[in-house]
Amino acid sequence: MYQSYALGLDLYQTQEQSAYQTYAVGQDPYQAYERGHGPYQPHEPGYGLYQPGYSPHDDQIPDPKSRMLAIQNAKAYLLKSSTTSGLNLYDHLANMLTKILDEQPTNAVDMIENISKDVKWAQFQKKMDTLRDEHEILPTFEAAEKRKALFLKANGEGDEELEEEIGETRLPNVMETAFYFEQAGIGLSKDESYHIFLALKKLVSVQPIQTCRFWGKILGLEMNYIIAEVQYHEEEEEEETEEEEVTKEGGTGMDEVEDEDEEKEKEDEPPKSTYKPPPIIPKEENGTGANKYVYFVCNEPGKPWVKLPPVTPAQIFCARKIKKFFTGRLDAPVVSFPPFPGNEANYLRAQIARISAGTHISPTGFYQFAEEEGDEEEEGEGGRDTCEENPYFQPLSVAEMVDSLSTWVHHTQSILKQGRCVWLNPFQKSEEEEEEEEEEGEEEKPEEPDELQQEIGPPLLTPLSEDEGIQNIPAWTAQPSTNLIPQYAVAILQSNRWPGAYAFASGRKFENIYFGWGHKYSPENHAPALPPPAQAEYPSGPEITETRDPTLEEELAFKAAREEALAEAEEEEDEEDAVEDDEEEEEDD
Amino acid sequence: MEAASLPAALELTAGGGAGLSAEKRAVLGTSLLLLQRDYRFERVWFWGRIQGVRGAYYIAEGLGPDRAAPRSRLYSLNCMEWSLLPPATKEMVAQAEQLKGRFQGDPSFEYKYSEVDAEDAERPIEDGKEPMIKEEARLVATIEQIDRAVGIIPRGAFVKTPLGPVHENRNFEGLSLTEAKKLSSYFHFTEPVNLKNKTLLEKADLDPSTDFLDSLEHDIPQGSWTVQLEKGGTVVVLRSLLWLGLTFYHIPMTKQYGYVYFGTGEKNLDLPFML
Repeated sequence: MYQSYALGLDLYQTQEQSAYQTYAVGQDPYQAYERGHGPYQPHEPGYGLYQPGYSPHDDQIPDPKSRMLAIQNAKAYLLKSSTTSGLNLYDHLANMLTKILDEQPTNAVDMIENISKDVKWAQFQKKMDTLRDEHEILPTFEAAEKRKALFLKANGEGDEELEEEIGETRLPNVMETAFYFEQAGIGLSKDESYHIFLALKKLVSVQPIQTCRFWGKILGLEMNYIIAEVQYHEEEEEEETEEEEVTKEGGTGMDEVEDEDEEKEKEDEPPKSTYKPPPIIPKEENGTGANKYVYFVCNEPGKPWVKLPPVTPAQIFCARKIKKFFTGRLDAPVVSFPPFPGNEANYLRAQIARISAGTHISPTGFYQFAEEEGDEEEEGEGGRDTCEENPYFQPLSVAEMVDSLSTWVHHTQSILKQGRCVWLNPFQKSEEEEEEEEEEGEEEKPEEPDELQQEIGPPLLTPLSEDEGIQNIPAWTAQPSTNLIPQYAVAILQSNRWPGAYAFASGRKFENIYFGWGHKYSPENHAPALPPPAQAEYPSGPEITETRDPTLEEELAFKAAREEALAEAEEEEDEEDAVEDDEEEEEDD
Repeated sequence: MEAASLPAALELTAGGGAGLSAEKRAVLGTSLLLLQRDYRFERVWFWGRIQGVRGAYYIAEGLGPDRAAPRSRLYSLNCMEWSLLPPATKEMVAQAEQLKGRFQGDPSFEYKYSEVDAEDAERPIEDGKEPMIKEEARLVATIEQIDRAVGIIPRGAFVKTPLGPVHENRNFEGLSLTEAKKLSSYFHFTEPVNLKNKTLLEKADLDPSTDFLDSLEHDIPQGSWTVQLEKGGTVVVLRSLLWLGLTFYHIPMTKQYGYVYFGTGEKNLDLPFML
C-alpha cells in the first residue's frame, strides 16, 4: 500500500495544482505541496531514501495504533459537512469514483473537474419537493401536431368522391419532380418534400382548383414561404371579378356625394394645384398576363394556405427598383425608397411574377401556339399570349438539350417596362370617359403629354439563346446531371440572372422550380434611387418679391415713428383749432 | 460539416434548396476518407461548394490535432481528385476583394483587375503587364474570408486547454432550445477580434476554457443572421445574410452541428439596403 501512494506522490508533485488533492490515507498532509520546502523533495538527490520501503530505517514496522488513529482522523476530516452546501467530501469522492468506474470514460483524469461538477449538479435532480414539475409542452410538440394533421384523411371522404376528384384535379407529383432535381443536387430534403406534397393535396381539396404546381420556396428572415402556383376553374374566376367591380362602384358613389359638399365651399378655398399625377396603369385581368396564375403561400407545410392578391404594374415597377429581404410575415410593411405600394404580400407577389416571367422555360416544341384563323390581322399590337401543349412533341436527347440553349423556350410572357405583359396606352380614354368630359365642359384642359411609345417585349416561346447575359456571363448554365452515367442523365439549367431558378428536362418530363431569397442577380452593387431634387422656388418678379420680415426693433421703431406722426398731426389740428379760435376771438375783438 | 455525418447533415441543411446529388454524396463518402488517409488529417470537414458559371468547386478542409490552427484546404472539380490550396495571404485577400462577379469554374482563369489607387495610375507601367489574379487565388481568398466572417460553432463545443491547443469538448451535450435561439450561443471559429474589448464585468462571467472566441451577438450589421427552427422545431438553422449560402445547423440537446456553404462565393454588399 505504501508503494502505490509513493508512486502517486510523484505524480501529484509534478503536475499542476489540481483542485482536489486526494489525501492517501496515512500520508502526511504537508507533503502534498508541490515544490515545497525542505530537503526531501523529488528534485533533490536522496529523495527516495525517505520513502517507506526504501529508507534505511524501514525494518521497523510503524506503530499500527498510530496509523489507525491517523486513518480515523483523516476520515473524520473528510466526513465533515461543508457549511455552505451540506455536502461532505467523503461522499462526494465516493460518488465521483463510483460514476467513473461505472462509465469508464477514456482519459478520465483530463475530465475529472467536469465529472465532479456533473456529480454535484446531479444533486439538484432528486429534490423531494411537494411541487412537481409541470410537464413541459415544448413548441416542437405543437408543430408536430399540426404536421400530423396533414397525414390524416379528411372526414367524410367516400371512396367514390376520391375517384372522381383524382380524375379532375391534377395534383402535381412533387416527389417525382424532387427526384429529378435531386439528380443535380437541387431540392429540399425528402421529408420536407413529402410534407409539401400533402399540404398541396389539402389545398387542392379545399379550393376549386384546376391545375396546381409547386412553384418553389423563398427564404425569409423569420420564416420561409412555400409557394404553389394554381389555376382556377373558369367559373370561379368570373365570380371573383364580379366582386371586385361591385366594390369599385360602391366607392365611386361615395365620391360623388363628397364632391357636392366640396363645391359649395369652393369659393373660400385656396386655388387648387394644377398637378396631375401620372395615370395609374390598370392591372391585368385575372387569368391573363402577369396575373395568369394565382399563387398561394404558407410558411410551413401544415399551416393554412393564404392567397396572394393579384399584382399591379405599379408594384412591379417599384419592385424592380428595390431589393429587400422577406421577413416571412405577409402583413409586414416594406420600408423602402421609392415607397412600395403595398405590404410584403404584394412585394412577394411582384417578385414571383418577375421570376416566373424570366425563368419559366420548357423544351422547344412542348408548347405550341393555338392555331386560330383570322388572327393575323389583330396581331399588330401584341404577340400571342397563350400557348397550349403540343400533342406531337418529340423530345430531344439530353446531350442536345445541354449543348445548345436554343432547344429551350420561355413559355411565360415577359413583363414590359410598364409592368404589364400586354402594353396598354394609359392616355387612351375609353368611350365613356370621353363622353363625360364633353358634358362637363372645358373648365380645365389638361395638358396632353406626348404619346407614349408602344412597348414591345420578346414574343412568347422565344428560345433561350436570345436571352441577354450579364456582362460576360451567359443567362443560363446548362449541365447534365451526371457525367459518369450519361444514358440516364438529366439536363439541368440554372439561371444566372435569378440565382435559385432551376429547370430540368428528361425525355417528355420537364419542370421549373425556384429555391432562393427572391432577388435578381446584379454584379454591381445595388444603388437605391435618390430622392428627387429639391424643387425650384417661385421666381421673384415685380408682382411677387420676397423680403425679410421686420425684426422687433424695426417694428417698434416703426410704431414709434407712426405715433409721433399721429401726435404731430393732432398738435397741428389743435394749433389750427387754436388759431381759428384765436382768430374768432380776434374777430370778436 | 464532419465528413462522417455528411448524409444526415445534408438532409438538415437542405432547407435552402441546395444540396448534393446522390452521386456526389457517394463519391464524397469515399474520397474524403482517402483524403484523411493521405494527408493524415485528424478530422475532415466538407466545407461546401462554390458554384461558378461553367463548373463548381467542391471544398474540403482538414484539421490537425489543434482544431483552431489554420486548416488545410483542398478543392476538387469532380469530388474525386483533390488539390491542396496554398494558405491565404493578406495580399491575396486584398486583391480578391476588388474582384466582382461570378467565379468562372476554371481554376486557371485569369482576372484582369484595374487598381483604383491614384498612385499606381501615375506610375508608368514599366513591364507592360497588367496585374492579373488567377481564379485559384481568388478561391483561396474567398474561402478564407467566408471562414473568418461566418464560420461558426455552438458555444461549448470546443474547449481550450491551458497549454494552448483547442480540442473538442467531450462534455458538450448540445445547446438547450432556449439557448439555441440566441445569437450569443454561437461563436466565430476563428481568431477572436472583439474579445479583448469587453468590459471587465463581462469578462468576469466568461469561462476561459469555453469562451475564448467572438460571439455572433455583435456582428455588424445587426441582423445579418437569420435564426429559424425547421422541421417542426427540431433543428435550429442559422443562415448568413452577408455570405448568402452559408447554412449552419444544430439539433438542440444533441452533439450534432455543422456548417456548409452552397453558393456563388460573392459577398452580399447590398445587405444594409436589404434589411
